[in-house]
Amino acid sequence: MIKATVYVTIKQSVLDPQGVAVQGALHSMGFNEVESVRIGKVMELTLDTTDRAEAEKRLTVMCEKLLANTVVEDYRYELEG
Amino acid sequence: MTQQLSAKEPTAEQVAEHKLYAQMGVSDSEYELICEFMGRKPNYTEIGVFSVMWSEHCAYKNSKPLLRRFPTSGPRVLMGPGEGAGIVDIGDNQAVVFKIESHNHPSAVEPYQGAATGVGGIIRDIFSMGARPVALLNSLRFGKLESDRVKYLFEHVVAGIAGYGNCIGIPTVAGEVMFDESYEGNPLVNAMCVGLIDHDKIQRGVAKGVGNPVYYVGPPTGRDGIHGATFASVELTEESESQRTAVQVGDPFMEKLVMESCLELIDTGIVLGIQDMGAAGLTCSSAEMASKAGNGLELYLDQVPQREEGMTPYEMMLSESQERMLFVVEPKDEAQAMEIFERWGVICAKVGKVTDDGRLKLIHHGEVVGDMPVTALVDECPVYDKPSSVPAYYEQSASIDTLRYDEVSDLGGALKQVLASPTVASKKWVYDQYDYMVRTSTAVRPGSDAAVVTIRGTRKGLAMTTDCNGRYVYLDPEVGGRIAVSEAARNIVCSGAEPLAITDNLNFGNPEKPDIFWQMEKAVDGMAEACRVLDTPVIGGNVSLYNENAKGSIYPTPVVGMVGLVHDTDHITTQAFKSEGDVIILLGETKAELGGSELQYAVHGQTEGRPPELNLQTEKALLGTVLEAIQSGLVRSAHDLSEGGLAVALAESCISGNVGAQVNVETALRADHALFSESQSRILLSASPEQAGKLEAFVRERGVPVAVIGRVEGSNLTIELNGTSAVNEPVGGLAQVWEDAIPCLMN
Amino acid sequence: MKFAVLVFPGSNCDIDCYKAVEDAIGQEVDYVWHTATDLSAYDCILVPGGFSYGDYLRCGAISRFAPVMNEVAKAAEQGKYILGICNGFQILTEAGLLPGALIRNMSLKFRCHDTVLKVENADTPFTRDYAPGEEIVIPIAHGEGNYYCDEETLASLQANNQIVFTYGSNPNGSLGDIAGICNEGGNVVGMMPHPERAVDSLLGSEDGKRMFTSILKAWRDRHDAAAIR
Repeated sequence: MIKATVYVTIKQSVLDPQGVAVQGALHSMGFNEVESVRIGKVMELTLDTTDRAEAEKRLTVMCEKLLANTVVEDYRYELEG
Repeated sequence: MTQQLSAKEPTAEQVAEHKLYAQMGVSDSEYELICEFMGRKPNYTEIGVFSVMWSEHCAYKNSKPLLRRFPTSGPRVLMGPGEGAGIVDIGDNQAVVFKIESHNHPSAVEPYQGAATGVGGIIRDIFSMGARPVALLNSLRFGKLESDRVKYLFEHVVAGIAGYGNCIGIPTVAGEVMFDESYEGNPLVNAMCVGLIDHDKIQRGVAKGVGNPVYYVGPPTGRDGIHGATFASVELTEESESQRTAVQVGDPFMEKLVMESCLELIDTGIVLGIQDMGAAGLTCSSAEMASKAGNGLELYLDQVPQREEGMTPYEMMLSESQERMLFVVEPKDEAQAMEIFERWGVICAKVGKVTDDGRLKLIHHGEVVGDMPVTALVDECPVYDKPSSVPAYYEQSASIDTLRYDEVSDLGGALKQVLASPTVASKKWVYDQYDYMVRTSTAVRPGSDAAVVTIRGTRKGLAMTTDCNGRYVYLDPEVGGRIAVSEAARNIVCSGAEPLAITDNLNFGNPEKPDIFWQMEKAVDGMAEACRVLDTPVIGGNVSLYNENAKGSIYPTPVVGMVGLVHDTDHITTQAFKSEGDVIILLGETKAELGGSELQYAVHGQTEGRPPELNLQTEKALLGTVLEAIQSGLVRSAHDLSEGGLAVALAESCISGNVGAQVNVETALRADHALFSESQSRILLSASPEQAGKLEAFVRERGVPVAVIGRVEGSNLTIELNGTSAVNEPVGGLAQVWEDAIPCLMN
Repeated sequence: MKFAVLVFPGSNCDIDCYKAVEDAIGQEVDYVWHTATDLSAYDCILVPGGFSYGDYLRCGAISRFAPVMNEVAKAAEQGKYILGICNGFQILTEAGLLPGALIRNMSLKFRCHDTVLKVENADTPFTRDYAPGEEIVIPIAHGEGNYYCDEETLASLQANNQIVFTYGSNPNGSLGDIAGICNEGGNVVGMMPHPERAVDSLLGSEDGKRMFTSILKAWRDRHDAAAIR
């Protein structure tokens, strides 16, 4: 079993209104040191395989096709096991 | 209320010895009774099942004696209280199905999910009858909007309603929101759903036909919401926050699939009985279905789809996981049913069988883990006649002189102050978050007196509204109850519809307190009388008690949800003034009645005295007259007078019509009383210059007090009293104050 | 002329589209389930609004892999008419049939109300019955209608006249006030506002009707239909 964690975030070039709203809320709570907030998604996939190289290749396709919308999102992943 | 881990459950002996049943809301005497019915001590699962079936929420043990006072039948009533929802005939082999329900306690703890699942629950009640849901409404109460906690609750309740209703594709078309200190800590979230059905498709929740299979439809069962029914039956305390696990989580997408597949199933005609799993989930639905058929039911708990490991029978029976239904078909039709659910991607599992022994039997891992008599569960919960006593505040309030305040001299300023009061102010901030147009049938959108939804293939429509002024009910529950029903009827009639029937949501404090029970009793009496005189029977509803905390009880708030029939879409009328030159006509009599008024609250900071009077015969005559006038084509706009009286009604009709008015009222009252009195049985009409004379004569002939008070014109609202200027404000300025009030507070 | 209204699990405005075709132009219309593998019988495909697959992961992210979407892609290539409304627009961008993406409204709130749209391109088969630059009232109802594309794409949209509608008063933060676009061929249009909700004055506005009359005319011209069908 390989556990993959996929992180999907909005591209830097795209305005993240949720991140802006959260930053505002943190500021109003006194955390003025927060310069920016970006909100993304974390996905945990358990892969029934031991072939790490193959898992990476297929995971990339999963990300490109479904898990991230590459027009507006970036992705990266971590594997363990 | 802790959830039991799958390890060691208490034995029947331990339940008795340590009075574990008390934690579940069962009293000592109730426990004794249960042992009698069982013929032995109930085990943990069995006492759990009894505790939810005998909770106030499921058994109405404190409210049943009162609910019996409502008129529930009529020539159009096809189904009264007792099923998922009530049904009223509207002609052409069609019927309207509707009901209102509350989700108050969960919304106080987790507002988004509490509100969302409230919406989900009421939708299921409607389609479980076989009806296609066509509209949603909601009635909300919060504390003062200036507090952060209230803003948080308000924001998330609205978001929850929007999130669920929009996703499932049913338009949220009407409702009301009121703010008052009495609701601080105890918000009210009442959700209403209206559906349409053909007579021959009407379903019931019955476990019919001994030997027939019982099927479960919907997502797998988890541990959410265990003891939700019991949670609803107690007061909120600081501990309640930790009860967050008792709050269910909704999945509107799943419900959309369940709804579509169930409606398709019902359309085939093979369903013998179907019921939704709402409060107390599997327990309530299986027990009630068996009871209504006079049968028994065997449940094979191993077959219940589960999404958690090691769920115990107790957990499975009490889980309030959402979006689940139970249905019964004949064995020969099973394959057809399964195909439908497979196509929609919804789990459908056989979980039981209808038996003839009148018992609810639970089988798990090959053993009988629960065996209870159905009648004991459903019919034998004791009904309590609570003591009732007149509270001191009521006896004293008769002598309060609500007219004692100095005259309000700046009437324009007072009008703006009242318009900016969150209870009166524009609710656009709320309803713009609701998709009120999906299904392309909404002829009158949120913002007028009642919403109107058209019925395709006919010239008919349905008007709908929710109403209740809690202040009035507090100050005089019987009069307040009468007014709640009358105000709803006025809103329906002003939209061009004939009032048909009501559903009620009784929101009160702790019924074990005699002065609270007195409020309940009197309110119900007032409502019942109004329903009788106005011919709007109660076809079903909900009771929510224990809405109080350490600081006190909410105002008694019996919300009325009313539906009316628009006979022809030509009759559809809104509150907005239509064209310059139209004549403005006021129907009804204005007296100096400020008790419980918005002026008293917003300007004088009080809620005291007695509410305005309501004479039901006067109201009936007014309603009949206005409806007939509208149906005769004499009326261009109609708006009932409520919070804020005449001044606010005029302002609202100007603002929504984006036009001014020049009005003069002859009155013996002091200026501020004349403008802001909340006398009942009054309606503001406008007619074209050509029809005005006819309309006035029409009304006069029927003995309803009538006065031509002015014309629609210009861009100012100018109100004169006996020829003296009282208010002269640009409508744009009034609109801004009215529209900005809530957005400003929320930003 | 035959219309298909696609139905995904969670679609809601399929019924609105169906009714609009019946009421506005009286043409044949079928609901087509997401598992269908043959759309060849249809001249125009409507991808309706709603919350297909609950908007899980992203709006339209899962729907785009439905079997019927292969057929939609084929139909697009064949030059058939395709209109994606609201969730339909989201599905078409996810499927790559239209450029860009729709993200969360700037206000973070769902917005339902009438908007004034400007018809920027009155030459597409769906907009021929409007005058260029005409302002029309069409309602919106969405929480993720904020149109985004990169600079290069925006430049190309502008150069090729692919911006079909813009908002008079931007309700969601869309780049360039974009409310609707088309593909390079002009036969695939996607828009966030709901024209199918604006075909009956009793319900508000009739301005959406002409999208349906336009497409009928376009199809008739293409088929040189002398006979009324």
